[in-house]
Amino acid sequence: MRRVFPLLMAALLVLIAGCASRATGVEVPTFDTGIEPGDWALVPAGEFLMGQHLHETMIDYDYEIMVVPVTNAMYAEYLNEALDEGAVEMDGDQIVGYYPGDEFHGYKHELPIDEGNWLHIQLGDPYLRIVYEGGEFSALEGYADHPMVNVTWFGARAYCEYYGWRLPTEEEWEKAARGTDGRAYPWGNDISPANANYYNSGDPFEDVFGPLGDTTPVGFYNGNEYDGFQTEDSASPYGVYDMAGNVWEWTANVYEGTHYRYMRGGSFRNYDYGLRVWWRNSAGPDFYAPSVGFRCVRDVEGAEE
Amino acid sequence: MKWLTDRFNYLFSSTKGLILVAIAMIALVTAIWGTLSGPLAEWGVKDFTVRVLGMRLDPIEREGRIIILYHTIAMAVVAIETYMITSLVPMKDARRTAINATITVGYMAAMVFGLAFAYFGHNFVFHGVFLFGQSLVFFAGVMLTVALWPWQKEYRVKSKEYSHFFGDIDGERMAFFIMALAMLGSALFGAVPGSLWGNGHETFLAEDVVREPHKSPLQLAVIGHLHIMLTLIAVALALIIGRWFDFKGILHKWAMPLMIIGTIITTIGVWMVVPFEAIAHIIINIGATPILTASLLLAIYGWGKLIRERLAEKGIENPSFADKVKALLHDPLRFGSLWQMIYMNFPVTFIGIYMAIELDEVFRVWPWREERIALTGHWHILSGIIATIILLYYADIAGLKGKVRQWFGWIVIIGSDLAFAGATVYSIKRLFVDELSEQAFVKGTMLFIEIGLAAVLIALGALMAWRLVDLFRPRGRWSEEFSDPELAPGDEIATGSQEG
Repeated sequence: MRRVFPLLMAALLVLIAGCASRATGVEVPTFDTGIEPGDWALVPAGEFLMGQHLHETMIDYDYEIMVVPVTNAMYAEYLNEALDEGAVEMDGDQIVGYYPGDEFHGYKHELPIDEGNWLHIQLGDPYLRIVYEGGEFSALEGYADHPMVNVTWFGARAYCEYYGWRLPTEEEWEKAARGTDGRAYPWGNDISPANANYYNSGDPFEDVFGPLGDTTPVGFYNGNEYDGFQTEDSASPYGVYDMAGNVWEWTANVYEGTHYRYMRGGSFRNYDYGLRVWWRNSAGPDFYAPSVGFRCVRDVEGAEE
Repeated sequence: MKWLTDRFNYLFSSTKGLILVAIAMIALVTAIWGTLSGPLAEWGVKDFTVRVLGMRLDPIEREGRIIILYHTIAMAVVAIETYMITSLVPMKDARRTAINATITVGYMAAMVFGLAFAYFGHNFVFHGVFLFGQSLVFFAGVMLTVALWPWQKEYRVKSKEYSHFFGDIDGERMAFFIMALAMLGSALFGAVPGSLWGNGHETFLAEDVVREPHKSPLQLAVIGHLHIMLTLIAVALALIIGRWFDFKGILHKWAMPLMIIGTIITTIGVWMVVPFEAIAHIIINIGATPILTASLLLAIYGWGKLIRERLAEKGIENPSFADKVKALLHDPLRFGSLWQMIYMNFPVTFIGIYMAIELDEVFRVWPWREERIALTGHWHILSGIIATIILLYYADIAGLKGKVRQWFGWIVIIGSDLAFAGATVYSIKRLFVDELSEQAFVKGTMLFIEIGLAAVLIALGALMAWRLVDLFRPRGRWSEEFSDPELAPGDEIATGSQEG
């Protein structure tokens, strides 16, 4: 055993050292889900049951939410327009943009978020599915209709505001995800691999990348069959897809005493329980990851605020 | 009939039998409920367990279920420690019997009916019995605290080799007493929010809210309750292991006051989390230092004793360094019980200190999910280490000898330490590897965790299987234990536990 232990430790170190970035050049499966990115779903005003413990919560206005998360293709198009118009700037290998800053309260773990330019996306990051070539942004081949990831809260917020929309509040996001009957997942109370993209859920991308998998095209879990992988139609009561799994989604709220921003929905990296609609994740607004994306909401014209 | 009553009396009226029953209950719960998460869940074993046993796992109630599961196991662990204390620390037989009987009914009711309520539908009568069981455990704790009262004349120290205060008050008994008293208060500390939320209304896991800037007093109490109960269970175990080794002499005289002071300060610090969260951590850290120091003194004493005894047994008068190391390692059960206390500092204490120093680069930057994994990991590892120390001591109580003793001891030590090292590295993986590159890394660390835990659980399973088979033998190990039911403190057991 005295010989085995050092060998095992050495193996672990080799493993750590060998963990390079995911190999590029792998052919990414492509599927047409038939769901149109950029479509909107109406969420009518009214009470709903919020959180794990089903607190009655009122949202007294109608609003619309994107049926699927913002895709890489949509974000690339935005970058081309926003950069031309000066809404965002390129600073070396970063896309940055102005943010007016948050009030700082000096709580124990609070970090100041000052006025100024903040990171939106880090160009050249191996997990960014957007490429910048010849002065143009475009989606990486095979990832055009996958959710935009590796985007900071600032970058998500800027996208929505550029088009006159906004990030959803946590309340808006959760109501759109679960409707009014207090269900645990957008489609009901039970989860199976046919409902959503989560860890070890067996989707075709896990065949390529292993149980950790990858993002799936937006609206993938709509009842279609993809190369023998049968999905169930897993929209929320308002017809919104991908509200559980695939990518975490940034929400709008800025809370007193913390610099963290909150995400909802779970991602392809989570176990199934992490996809329950009240489950939250949080990180600083300049955090970005391959499992974090977003979608926008907009007010309904003519609706009373 | 006599066949049955003999076994029943052994299992439920002797200290050794009671400990065996409680360990077997925990092993059974671990074997079944361990299939609901981790790799076994991924392999589909969870679905099988749920289907065969008819479990009802509503996703909205997951946290509530887990809280009940934690409590059922914790009650059994507290019962095991209580049996050990009532046997090792002098007290009246009637008190010992009353305490053991009460806590046995309590933890069993809590375990059986708590799990029945949580995982098999919501019969609120079961929930009531679960609460009643926990109340009995608490009441047994009250009786234990009374029985440990250090000012009783008949329990003053008789040998000045042991820690003593104010003349002849037994320092070790005082340490047990303070620990028990602190545990009672800390149990109430959790029971107050539990009584408000726990009746099927609202639940949360302590590790889920640590980074939140706004916590309610009841949330703070739950976080404090989790941490102090685990700390006090560890303190109790260190004191028990001290009895096992017949801890005495100058190190004992230093260690006991340190343990007492540390227990008092840490407990007060945790209780102050509610009104004075900002300074509570400073107080807790001040209190934890003497507790860790006292444990270190115990390890130094125990290892020294192991070496001295073995060298004397072998007749080596001028030992080389290698002789001393060999002597130290010759009995993995006794070496391991102390080694695990030292090892605990690597995956728990030192990682905690590192995280605190690197707050700006770690928790303030990492997403909540990573922070949660680290937090959950650190107290699961501490719980696991406590369990292995109990297991090593129990293997000695059960009379493992010779090669079996060696194999069992080293499998538990190496298996658990590999698993805990793997879990520690996994929990801080974001320091080494990014999100999408982590698959190979996770697989590697999981391999360590799974192999290590599997080895420990197989060893535990083998021990339990042996004890089960033994019960069917007319004059098995059980009958020996029944005729000598109490744990022998100090030298008696130390001598008797050598290779046979």
